[in-house]
Amino acid sequence: MTSKIEVVRPGIFTTVQDLGRPGLAAIGVGRSGAADRGSLRLANRLVGNPEGNAALEAVLGGLVLRFPAPATVAVTGAPCSITAGGRAAGPDSPVFLRAGEDLVLGTASRGLRCYVAVRGGIDVPPVLGARATDTLGKLGPPVLSAGTTLPVGRRVLDHPGVDLAPRAPLPDAPVLRITPGPRVPWFVPGALSTLASSGYVATSDADRVGVRLSGAALRRARDGELPPEAAVPGALQIPPSGQPILFLADHPVTGGYPVIAVVDEADLDLAAQVRPGQRVRFRLTQAPVRSWSAGVS
Amino acid sequence: MRVLPYGARAAMVDFDDPSEVLGLHASLERDPPDGVIELVPAARTLLVRFDPGRTHHDRLAGAILDRSTVDVAPREAAEIVVPVHYDGPDLADVAAAAGMSAEAVVRRHEDGTYVSSFCGFAPGFAYLTGLDPALRLPRRTSPRTRVPAGSVAIAGEYTAVYPNASPGGWRLIGRTTLPVWDVDREPPNLLAPGTRIRFSSAGLR
Repeated sequence: MTSKIEVVRPGIFTTVQDLGRPGLAAIGVGRSGAADRGSLRLANRLVGNPEGNAALEAVLGGLVLRFPAPATVAVTGAPCSITAGGRAAGPDSPVFLRAGEDLVLGTASRGLRCYVAVRGGIDVPPVLGARATDTLGKLGPPVLSAGTTLPVGRRVLDHPGVDLAPRAPLPDAPVLRITPGPRVPWFVPGALSTLASSGYVATSDADRVGVRLSGAALRRARDGELPPEAAVPGALQIPPSGQPILFLADHPVTGGYPVIAVVDEADLDLAAQVRPGQRVRFRLTQAPVRSWSAGVS
Repeated sequence: MRVLPYGARAAMVDFDDPSEVLGLHASLERDPPDGVIELVPAARTLLVRFDPGRTHHDRLAGAILDRSTVDVAPREAAEIVVPVHYDGPDLADVAAAAGMSAEAVVRRHEDGTYVSSFCGFAPGFAYLTGLDPALRLPRRTSPRTRVPAGSVAIAGEYTAVYPNASPGGWRLIGRTTLPVWDVDREPPNLLAPGTRIRFSSAGLR
């Protein structure tokens, strides 16, 4: 009995995601994987999957999935209305579907990305060890379209003993903790403080690669081009406009703009739920902007 | 070399001499300091990602600065020869800009011995150093929306093979059928950092 999911309505942008392809940046492959990794892990735990099973990441929800066979699913991340076989269901909780029933996600009321895990995991063929779609590196399965059929795998653990995972609501104006990046000296003195003390607004130029922010410009102290250098998720790159770009899951492996600061890994999930138009603030959690050189101690 | 903080979980080693990047990369790869989880070379830098539960910036910086960046045996992998049809759409423009014939461009490109110094831009896209200074030209003013897989191209101090079809602004001088990138192959990338490469049109003209 091989189970599957039929995509009736794909939502505006839905991809298959797991925990991605860590450790391959040296050959030009980024980590990718779920933008909000905590929500993916939770969805998997709620259906008794290993945390790294592949699930669906749906921007703003708006998804209709049909299950020809009975299934256990969980929806996490951005809160949205959920019905399963016409019955109202809740987020962050296992949801049971009978054969032939539809899972319907409404439009997310806040946050940006919903996650749908199914017990057994989405079983598309792995590429370089992961099933995640890397939208920039063009790896993994295509973005979901209506009529697509997704195989369901059999990688499961015991059913969990919980029926609801309490989660703090997504904040109206998230505060993202940052630590200094490598190119602080490329900016005028005080630029890091400006970043940390001014609010920024997420623009509509936002996808899995990154989010362009709008707010106080961070001025350069020096001109010139930076040769390509490696980047990490959470890096805040500053192009000549002075308006930060926050790198998310599918960020380029190398980038050419100076990185002034890095959002803590622990706050990347929150960053991935920021909607266009929403305000964000940064809080500097580590002051020492220093470097280490040979022969100097 | 200088070690710069890169957020809470990484450090960036910055070099004045780009040839030191691969030396330190090889040294740290062979004998990684405690807590190091990933090394990512680039043009003038090496990113060192670490587990903050096992080390910290001060300790890692000390371990890195103790390393030599030159005393490293060359990579044992054999030189890779990339067969090229030199019929790229920008070959004539490159010849004109470099003030030489197309045949001379081809000869100079073939005469070079290149080293893969880092990957970026796309999976398997390797920046190869060693380009003849006479062929160092800026990118096209208007990038192409689609460059075919296998295109052999030059830009600035680098030459490269496009691993997959993608947009691109480099100048296309030829093409190869050698698959430099194949996700079903282990390793998927033929031109890993440190690999030596030559281009040859022998037998293809």
